[in-house]
Amino acid sequence: MSFIENLPFLSVVLFLFAAVVCSVLKPKAARIFTTAVEAVVIAFSVATLLYTRGTGTFFRYNMGHFDAPWSNQLRAGVLDALAAFTFSSVLLLSHIGGIRYAKIDIEPKKQNSYCTLLNLIGAALMALSYTNDLFTGYVFLEILTLSSCGILVIRRQGRTTLSAARYMVINLLGSGLFLLGVSLFYGTTGHLLMEYIKTGVETLDATGEYQIPLTVTIGLVSSGLAIKAGLFPFHTWMPDTYGTATPTSSAVLSGIVSKGYIFLLIKIMYRVAGTGTVAMTAARHILYVFGMAGIIMGSFWAIKSKYLNRMIAYSSAAQIGYIFVGIGLGGEAGFRAAMFQLIAHAFTKPLLFLAGARLSESSGDSLLFSDLQGAAHRNRAAGAAFAVGAFSMVGIPTLAGFSTKLYFAVAAIEHGTLVDFATLGVLAVSTLLNALYFMRTVIRIYTPSPAPTPLPTFEPSPDKSDPGLVCAVGFAAGILFLGLFPGTVSSLIISGLSMFG
Amino acid sequence: MGNLLYNYEEATALILFSIGFVTLLFHRNMIRKLIGMNIMDSGIYLFLASMGYIYDRRAPIVEGGDTNPVNYINPVPASLVLTGIVVSVSVTAVMLSLAVRLYERYHTLNLDEIYAMSRRRAEHR
Repeated sequence: MSFIENLPFLSVVLFLFAAVVCSVLKPKAARIFTTAVEAVVIAFSVATLLYTRGTGTFFRYNMGHFDAPWSNQLRAGVLDALAAFTFSSVLLLSHIGGIRYAKIDIEPKKQNSYCTLLNLIGAALMALSYTNDLFTGYVFLEILTLSSCGILVIRRQGRTTLSAARYMVINLLGSGLFLLGVSLFYGTTGHLLMEYIKTGVETLDATGEYQIPLTVTIGLVSSGLAIKAGLFPFHTWMPDTYGTATPTSSAVLSGIVSKGYIFLLIKIMYRVAGTGTVAMTAARHILYVFGMAGIIMGSFWAIKSKYLNRMIAYSSAAQIGYIFVGIGLGGEAGFRAAMFQLIAHAFTKPLLFLAGARLSESSGDSLLFSDLQGAAHRNRAAGAAFAVGAFSMVGIPTLAGFSTKLYFAVAAIEHGTLVDFATLGVLAVSTLLNALYFMRTVIRIYTPSPAPTPLPTFEPSPDKSDPGLVCAVGFAAGILFLGLFPGTVSSLIISGLSMFG
Repeated sequence: MGNLLYNYEEATALILFSIGFVTLLFHRNMIRKLIGMNIMDSGIYLFLASMGYIYDRRAPIVEGGDTNPVNYINPVPASLVLTGIVVSVSVTAVMLSLAVRLYERYHTLNLDEIYAMSRRRAEHR
């Protein structure tokens, strides 16, 4: 066995180890240690990605002293490693990009705990990327939910506690449905390892037995994860949650936490339920309808928002809708579009949140659009970063959003049915709506303010060093790469999907 | 109906799950929501435990050198229940701490009232 085959396991364990160590470190040491661990895990993910791409196949990693189906198992292929790379990179960039605000928003004695929570999120996301066991998936889902609640509520200002309570309630509903679904899978097939469940499901699908329990089970798992990811109409917690947390938390929650749930759902569709089974097809159609509704309604509410952070949050509801539409379209083209959107949105949304925080800071800590006029002149770097993110969301060529929309269009016209034309129509309307609220914001922040610049009421950080520029460059590089070289990422996704099932 | 009576443990588990789910979703009081969540989880644990039980077999503890698996019930669901309980306890602890914080800030546990108060205070972030 090559040493690289240990890296998925080490990625999870390293984050868990860092979480424990950070709980006893001083804040500055905890921040440095967490950043170092995140960088190491990125390197591990790249090594795993190159290794699986080179060998052209996936590998399994048994834990404990038993072989499958009795062992707990990790499984890494190109797509798993690509997801791990995306999650760890966005976690690192969001962490360093929001340090300036974390120092102010979080009590000094709790700043090391914040690093502990970020590490736990990292561990959970790595486990969700690589696990091959459904119950392990459930346990790490709950770790992800609890630590996400932690990074939200650690800012003890405004309505964060209320937002956290609403976030937890919706997430617990999703977790309950998911756990019941996992129990039913175990009851129907007698296994917890994904591939063994799939064998059972395929047998039942071929013989036509237990079709109703199977449909219910797949429905429970899919709806549980969709609720947790914030699919319309379960997105109501998003504006409060993303809008009230400290910027790093907003970036992490919107950029990668919701994507962790969706990645697990895609994995279950491929590796557990099978994308073509009768029950799974029904579930995909339902997700497609809610995804379409989410795209339009999310954009509609984003247009109505008076505050910048709420607009970005509602836009997330629309972008999550895109991913579910891709899943609903199905086939290689549909899942490629969904995965591409997952990665593109993971790089774009945190940039918007972190740049938005700096624009607000330069406008007297106000998030009202009327106060943000001319903000891009007061903080040029943040203005440029926000513009890059906004242009990408609209779908300007050379940026990630354009490639995403292109792949969705390709997936939509693949079959030429009425549903596919409806998808194209919604895609066009959504692009117009996106342009309406994002371009409006960009124009406003670049329009010189008629009144004298308001004095910042925001208390500047005692530490003048702000790695925000590094973070913005990192995110912008990701967005540009996805826009300029979509074929590279697309070929990785296609190769990953072929070894995913 | 006959199937429902035959599988009475699973039926009870699903009724408990539904009661808990509806309580968690619709009750406005944080503590009642929390109780709902625990009822929901207990329903799932009952479901799992009933799947692992096989009539007329012993608990999976080797006694007298008897290693024939046919004599024991399935231990896997029991271990899943145990793990699930640990998760459930952690979530309960976090939710209780949120309830304490909400009460300290708003002096009520009714989420509708808390939401209205938060709007009146213009806590937009």
